[in-house]
Amino acid sequence: MSISTLLENYSEYRHIHPVDDVPHNPYKWAMAIDLDACSGCNACSVACYAENNLPVVGREKFAHGQVMHWMRIERYWDEDGREFPDQGARFLPMMCQQCEAAPCETVCPVGATNHTPDGINSQIYNRCIGSRYCSANCPYKVRYFNWWDYPTTDNVWPAEMNLQLNPDVTVRSKGVMEKCTFCIQRVTVAKNDAKTQGRLVRDGEVQTACQQACPTSAITFGNLVDPNSKVHKKWQAQQVELDKDEQTKDMAEGGSELRGYRIYEQLRPFPSVMYMERVRESAI
Amino acid sequence: MKDIREDIAWAQINKDVLKSLENPRKLYWVILFIAIAMVGVAVGCEVYQYNTGLGVGNFDNPHVWGLYIATFIFWIGMSHSGTLLSAILHLMHADWRKPIYRFAEAMTTFSLMTAGLFVAVHLGRVWNIYFALPYPNMRQVWPNFQSPLLWDAMAIFTYLSSSILFLYVGMIPDLAICRDNMHPGWRKKLYTAIALGWEGTDRQWRNFRVTYLTIACFLIPLAVSVHSIVASDFAMSQQPGWHITSFPPYFVAGALYSGCAAIITLFIILRYVFKFEEYMTMSILKKIVRLTFAIAMVWTYLNLVEYASVWYGDDQAAKHLLIQKATGTYAPFWWMMNFCGSVVPFIMFFKRFQTHIPVMFSVSLLLNLGMWLERWMIVSPTFADGYYPWTWDHDQWPSFVQWGIVFGSFGWFAMLFMIFCKIFPSVSMYEVKEMVYHRSLATKKLEATGKLAATGKGAH
Repeated sequence: MSISTLLENYSEYRHIHPVDDVPHNPYKWAMAIDLDACSGCNACSVACYAENNLPVVGREKFAHGQVMHWMRIERYWDEDGREFPDQGARFLPMMCQQCEAAPCETVCPVGATNHTPDGINSQIYNRCIGSRYCSANCPYKVRYFNWWDYPTTDNVWPAEMNLQLNPDVTVRSKGVMEKCTFCIQRVTVAKNDAKTQGRLVRDGEVQTACQQACPTSAITFGNLVDPNSKVHKKWQAQQVELDKDEQTKDMAEGGSELRGYRIYEQLRPFPSVMYMERVRESAI
Repeated sequence: MKDIREDIAWAQINKDVLKSLENPRKLYWVILFIAIAMVGVAVGCEVYQYNTGLGVGNFDNPHVWGLYIATFIFWIGMSHSGTLLSAILHLMHADWRKPIYRFAEAMTTFSLMTAGLFVAVHLGRVWNIYFALPYPNMRQVWPNFQSPLLWDAMAIFTYLSSSILFLYVGMIPDLAICRDNMHPGWRKKLYTAIALGWEGTDRQWRNFRVTYLTIACFLIPLAVSVHSIVASDFAMSQQPGWHITSFPPYFVAGALYSGCAAIITLFIILRYVFKFEEYMTMSILKKIVRLTFAIAMVWTYLNLVEYASVWYGDDQAAKHLLIQKATGTYAPFWWMMNFCGSVVPFIMFFKRFQTHIPVMFSVSLLLNLGMWLERWMIVSPTFADGYYPWTWDHDQWPSFVQWGIVFGSFGWFAMLFMIFCKIFPSVSMYEVKEMVYHRSLATKKLEATGKLAATGKGAH
């Protein structure tokens, strides 16, 4: 029986390629991040720690690069000769880009990371054996490995702090890979609610933790298939298309005035996160 | 210089080789003791890592692979020359391989076993390693057949099992000799069981030849494919410095290279330890040294091709990485690798060093140091200077746990190898006899033609 699964239906278990393949229906979760609005306050990162039970690794492990921030704020200093505190900086919130043709998915030897039908790059902790090939092949390096057994490590969640752990999210043990899930626990709840009421998830019904915490509303999350969703409208306004490895607007002579772009588009991972370039002066 | 004296009596060959099973020089025990101590270090490190988590290796989040993967490739590579000597040269009827192919084939088997351990050591959850095997199960969960890592697991497993089979089949006539010459005891019982009732009849020899040839033919494409697949782990990925079309041949050349260098090292050790001076002659050493030199040049060529194609190519990330390799954190190791891999072999170019044992011993060790560094320079710099500038990380350094396990793996290999050589004949007796026979035939023929020419002259 299981051999027949392998021979006949194997492709069913693989991800859907964005080019010339079955389109997502009825959901394709995507994001739009406005860098002009981002003030680099790190609220999104903190919210992510709280929502997704991320271990707080402490100063020493942070210095070793073993930090587990699924959502990180990257800070790029201006190089215009000014010194801190007058020096300006630009910020880039970076999390898993939920690529449609994800480089991490094809290389996992055990298939622990897969594409869901609604376009999220899922990670199955129980299946992961910790070969870390996915992280090696990720162009954005947004996958985080549990180098230590954090739940039993002192001061990760000191007594009573463990009571604030989110019951909807697994606490990961040592030796597994993890990354941003687009708050899949919230998405699943919303989808289930919608299903019981015989409708589709409404725009704005699901918010990711980072989106919810963002004081400037720089992050928009939603269903890209729904033509009335905010995220769809933003992608459309910026003329960014999911299944392109180079956008038509950028191929036009003289480029485009529009701000929308996706990181490492030319590598063809078809990321689901669109960024909008910063146009203001750097924040100080 | 002769590969072997043609007047060695067959009984003498048996006697000399069987002596190696019982009476090695003292150095044997020294090597074995050091090897076991080294394994102890590795076991200690692994127990610590297993209990605490891979963090003790000082990996960090973009830099997720380190010495384990590099050393894994190194050991896989080491295994290739055994097959080169035992299978490819067998098909080419190169007689000089006969006294040395047995230990080379053992080297193949044991270095594959060592490499296999590194897969386990590297994994975050080694207790679930069987998830990577395509075993039928109730949940209908399969491994991912698109992953080069899975091809890797399968290729190595196939290569290892075929190598063990090849080693064993080629040993059967010798095991029968051991059986017939040993005093009663556990050894005699062992040889009796595994010689499979070999009597040396015509029919047995015919079947034996066919079997041996078949496995040899099966093993050659396998050997090439195994290291090509290991290369695919990198070439199939998207990262700068890995995504290179020439990687499979480059890896195979590197594999043969480090394997040949290791054969020289072991040749010199075995020759001394087991008093094989009559069989592992200087003439044979000279032939392996020349072979190694040729492969070194192939490797150098492929290396230069890679640098040139990156340098003149349009891939900015790869070019940046190449410059970082030559000037950044890893620069001393990168230059050392190029020096050991491409400059040191030129010592082999000089005839007087080709049979100079201390020089060849140190050269072979340097070559393997270079080849180990090569693997490290493939794995680590890509993490330090990958695509994403934010994650560039020049400070990551492997901890003592990683170094300890790498160090201990050499002990593990030496331990297995030394134990093998003490239990099984490490020189193929029946093939050395063949070699002696071929030589004496050739001498007789030479004498006969000489006589004929002389009498022909007289007739005029």
